[in-house]
Amino acid sequence: MASSRNNTLAKGIDWTVVWLYGALVAVGVLCIFMVEYQTGDSLAGTIFKGKTNYSKQILFAAFCAVVGMFIVLTDSKLFTALANLSYVTGILLMLATFVIGKNINGSKSWIPLGGGFNLQPAELCKIFAALALAKYLSQPETIFKKIQSQLLAAAIALLPAVLSILQHELGLALVYTAFLIPMYREGMPAQILVIAISFGVLVIASLIIEPNLLAGLLTLIAMIILYALRKAIRRNKRIITIVIAAWVLSVGTQRILVPYIFNNVLECYQSTRIYSMVGKDYDCSLNKKSAKKAKDKTVKKPDDYNVRQSKIAIGSGGIFGKGFLKGTQTRGKYVPAQHTDFIFTSLGEAFGFAGCCLLLGLYLFLLFRMIQMGERQRSTFSRVYAYSVASIFFFHIAVNVSMTIGLFPIVGIPLPLISYGGSSLLTFTILLFILLRLDADRQMVLR
Amino acid sequence: MSVFNQSRGKIIQFIFAVVVLVILIQLANLQIFSAKYKLAAESNAVYRKIIYPDRGIIFDRNRKPILENIIIYDLMVVPADARGNDTAGLCALLQIDTTEYKKRMRDLIFKTGMVRPGIFEPMLSPEMFARLNENLYKFSGFSLSERSVRNYPYHAAGHLLGYIDEVDTTFLRVHKDEGYLMGDYAGRTGLERTYEKVLMGRRGVKNYIRDNKSRLQGEYEKGMYDTAAVAGNNMFSSLDVELQKMAEELMTNKVGSVVAIDPQTGGILCMVSAPTFDPNYLTGNQRRKHFAELLNDPRKPFNNRAIQNNYSPGSTFKTIVGIIGLSEGVIDEKFTVTCPGFFTGCGTGKPKCLDKGTFAFKEAVAHSDNSYFSTVYKRLLDQPRYKTTDSALNVFNTYAGSFGLGKRLGIDLPSERGGLLPTSDYYKKIYGNRFFPCNIISNAIGQGEVNTTMLQMANVMAIIANKGWYYTPHLIDSIEGGDENGLLESFKVKRWVDKRIPAQVFEAEQNAMQAVMEIGTAAASAVPGIVVCGKTGTVENYARVNGRVEKQQDHSFFSAFAPKDNPKIAIAVICENAGQGAWAAAPIASLLMEKYLKDSITGKARKDKYDLMVNKNLIPKLMRQEMIKNDSLRKKREGEIQKAKEEKLKANQQNAAGKVTTGVEMTPPKNNRKPANPFSTHAKSEGILSSTVEKRKKTYNS
Repeated sequence: MASSRNNTLAKGIDWTVVWLYGALVAVGVLCIFMVEYQTGDSLAGTIFKGKTNYSKQILFAAFCAVVGMFIVLTDSKLFTALANLSYVTGILLMLATFVIGKNINGSKSWIPLGGGFNLQPAELCKIFAALALAKYLSQPETIFKKIQSQLLAAAIALLPAVLSILQHELGLALVYTAFLIPMYREGMPAQILVIAISFGVLVIASLIIEPNLLAGLLTLIAMIILYALRKAIRRNKRIITIVIAAWVLSVGTQRILVPYIFNNVLECYQSTRIYSMVGKDYDCSLNKKSAKKAKDKTVKKPDDYNVRQSKIAIGSGGIFGKGFLKGTQTRGKYVPAQHTDFIFTSLGEAFGFAGCCLLLGLYLFLLFRMIQMGERQRSTFSRVYAYSVASIFFFHIAVNVSMTIGLFPIVGIPLPLISYGGSSLLTFTILLFILLRLDADRQMVLR
Repeated sequence: MSVFNQSRGKIIQFIFAVVVLVILIQLANLQIFSAKYKLAAESNAVYRKIIYPDRGIIFDRNRKPILENIIIYDLMVVPADARGNDTAGLCALLQIDTTEYKKRMRDLIFKTGMVRPGIFEPMLSPEMFARLNENLYKFSGFSLSERSVRNYPYHAAGHLLGYIDEVDTTFLRVHKDEGYLMGDYAGRTGLERTYEKVLMGRRGVKNYIRDNKSRLQGEYEKGMYDTAAVAGNNMFSSLDVELQKMAEELMTNKVGSVVAIDPQTGGILCMVSAPTFDPNYLTGNQRRKHFAELLNDPRKPFNNRAIQNNYSPGSTFKTIVGIIGLSEGVIDEKFTVTCPGFFTGCGTGKPKCLDKGTFAFKEAVAHSDNSYFSTVYKRLLDQPRYKTTDSALNVFNTYAGSFGLGKRLGIDLPSERGGLLPTSDYYKKIYGNRFFPCNIISNAIGQGEVNTTMLQMANVMAIIANKGWYYTPHLIDSIEGGDENGLLESFKVKRWVDKRIPAQVFEAEQNAMQAVMEIGTAAASAVPGIVVCGKTGTVENYARVNGRVEKQQDHSFFSAFAPKDNPKIAIAVICENAGQGAWAAAPIASLLMEKYLKDSITGKARKDKYDLMVNKNLIPKLMRQEMIKNDSLRKKREGEIQKAKEEKLKANQQNAAGKVTTGVEMTPPKNNRKPANPFSTHAKSEGILSSTVEKRKKTYNS
């Protein structure tokens, strides 16, 4: 091993992924620049003064490049060795936030490092959880078919999520559900994934789509399935029962369970908030709890400003966009948090549908490449890790873009490698470069 | 294990692809198939600012600007940035108290919000601007913003120049397709209104990007969709602003009107309606108050008495009767009439005449003999060749109508009235199917139903001066950049009076009018060294007082032109209820003619006369009573307000004394600001109406 690395430092490194990484970070800086630039700003001055967000992001990127290089220069065995230790450290750090945490934007999930830098352990825990899961699943004594192994794996993945929820970081918590995908790849029953995805889609759909239309759609889907399976049904009548049961459950969820949760379990303001995340009004008079409490309270119009402005910015881009630095919504600062969570809007407005397709194409290419990398590993550790990274990327991309176009409630999740922010960029860099390091040693069996 | 689940890798890739596809579908839906987001973005972020061009400037005949634009400043504030200022210091600068400051801030925040600039104090006076400009750096959030307003540097000719005002709904309805918007300004009276199209210029549009708090961020698309504003065209008036100012001074504390025309062009040299007002009072930040004051004045200062009042022309009408009589041949210059004290032709003893004796045409005009012109008028209507009085009257009206009487002349000012030349139909309604010359004999001396405006009388003088032709009287001679809308065409047409009138008739009339100034009624008003032709008039008039019609003091009337050869000025003057024509109107006209023809008033006697005429207070008795009544009403009202204030203050003090025990000293509010009362000393001056009196510049010296 040592000799092969002596030949060339970068042997076995997948340069396609490195180039993709570079391209995405560059697009990110460009997008942040578009958000911040005001007519008359002197370019050279602002970049080198380091006062603006895009110049800071350039600094972060340079730092991340150094970190990435270091990771490539390490030994793959380091990661298997440190997997469990880092996971425990991560969990301890997360627990520590409850004691010494700093409150930023209403979530007490940051540890002040001094010098104006803050660390968010939950962000780092993504890496640690991925490593720990890979480590656990790659152990020869783990037989993943056993239900208790599955539960333990789920526990490893979900413990940081639970802590994140306690820190009021719903978005970060949701990310950990991404670990269902590598678990599925490793033999978790498909039904769990199907049911989990279906349930998630159904809940969001019942928020977004008008109830009767959704019921109609569900019925239509059920009919299509029955028609498609008509031959199988002739042989086995139970399929009808299963499909009908699934239909009843779905419609029940949509018509009864979701409204019940919003009207009876949650408080009025919570329901309103969730509805407004997808750009909808919630009628508080339906809420039993608030009805009991105060009837005379005037219902404030829900604030769907974020989604509305985000949709306007993206929608006004058209097919080819308004052009570089010509986005009126971007320049007018109509979209809140545009350089972080809503960075996609600046791209959508300036470069339109074509630009969005290109970016999503880049992402999809990266995701496929990572899965391809996963499949070519000899060691389970590397494969599970590759799937974990792909899933985390996928989850971030899907949720972030969906929320900017009104397909998902607004949760604070950054767009990988593009959103402004050192923490987030560093996390994704580390995730990706560890994968590159492991992939470079794909012939090796790691334990 | 890995081999066992390898197909799942493909399934996961499939899931990724499907999710990305769903996102792409929604993106296509938003970006390609929904037009509403583009519209929403436009209305969000593009702000169309209308750029108002400078209005055109109006110059007088000597190229002096009489209506121009000046830049004045508004004090603007961004409430969000104005925190932590030395409020008391700013209030001291602005001479307001902190309560007022807070109130204005509150109103502004309500109106324009925290982060957009709003007008804290509009239209700063020059002193205030100077004071603020030096100190403004101390107060964050405050800034000065300039705007263009109309300015009348000579403080004269308010009635003629008019003013601009915000358009109202009626205006918008009438001018629907001319691009006016609510909040725009347009000329509402005078030349500002008539020549609105010329003066307004063309508005421009500038597109800005604005941010989420409606602050402007810069140009939209580098100004690609902007259109430039084009300034309004300047106009050159026939007015002589020095003459206008002098006429306004002479009409101080009088009610009436002066119109002077250049007979050779029809251009108006001066036109005064007294009482007049300083047009600058209707531009500043106090305009609403001044407007209300002027509107409530019993002398009706907004009324342009030169063109909007019909007056009986009195004896000046005899010039017309004489000319028609001579033309029709019912008399000649040697024809004489003897007056025993009254007109004998109708047997009613009316009208009376002042000078008894026998007069030929010239003397009859000079002494304004009523019997003579009653005889002429009766002869005109009795002519056998026209068979009936009806048709004879129609012939008379044809002649008189060709002098521009009985219909609007078409001056370039709005709301002109046309006077009245009563027709036979008019009289048939009164006297039944047949009427006789004696029914309407009063018209012979301009006291009957016949009515004229001052403009018409001045124009008649111009016609006599020109011996039979005139140009339509007008104020604007030319427009810079050409008369694109054809507004001046009608002023370039030479108009002839009835061609049946021979030139000798005009000569006879001119000689007679010259006699008026030399041996006749206006001999005292002769202009030294200049041959003037004039005619006095003394107009009986009546007013309804407490439901009863009462005879009032006569209107003083005078019309003239000069010099007799090569006439340069034709003038008509009326002073309401000021007695005989020779007492008030004739001297004023004489002084104005001297000023115009000789460029100044020379000689001590003439200067004394000028001072005498300026200082004469000839406000009609009825109006004076009305003014005193209004005045005392106002005083009473102000007294009551003052009293209420004092009582409130007392109550407050008592309350404070009851509550505050820490010995805080209560200072009563300063009350050294006297209510501005423009009418308090109206015997000597008329407040804003006669700004000319106090700071009178001796125009005749110039």
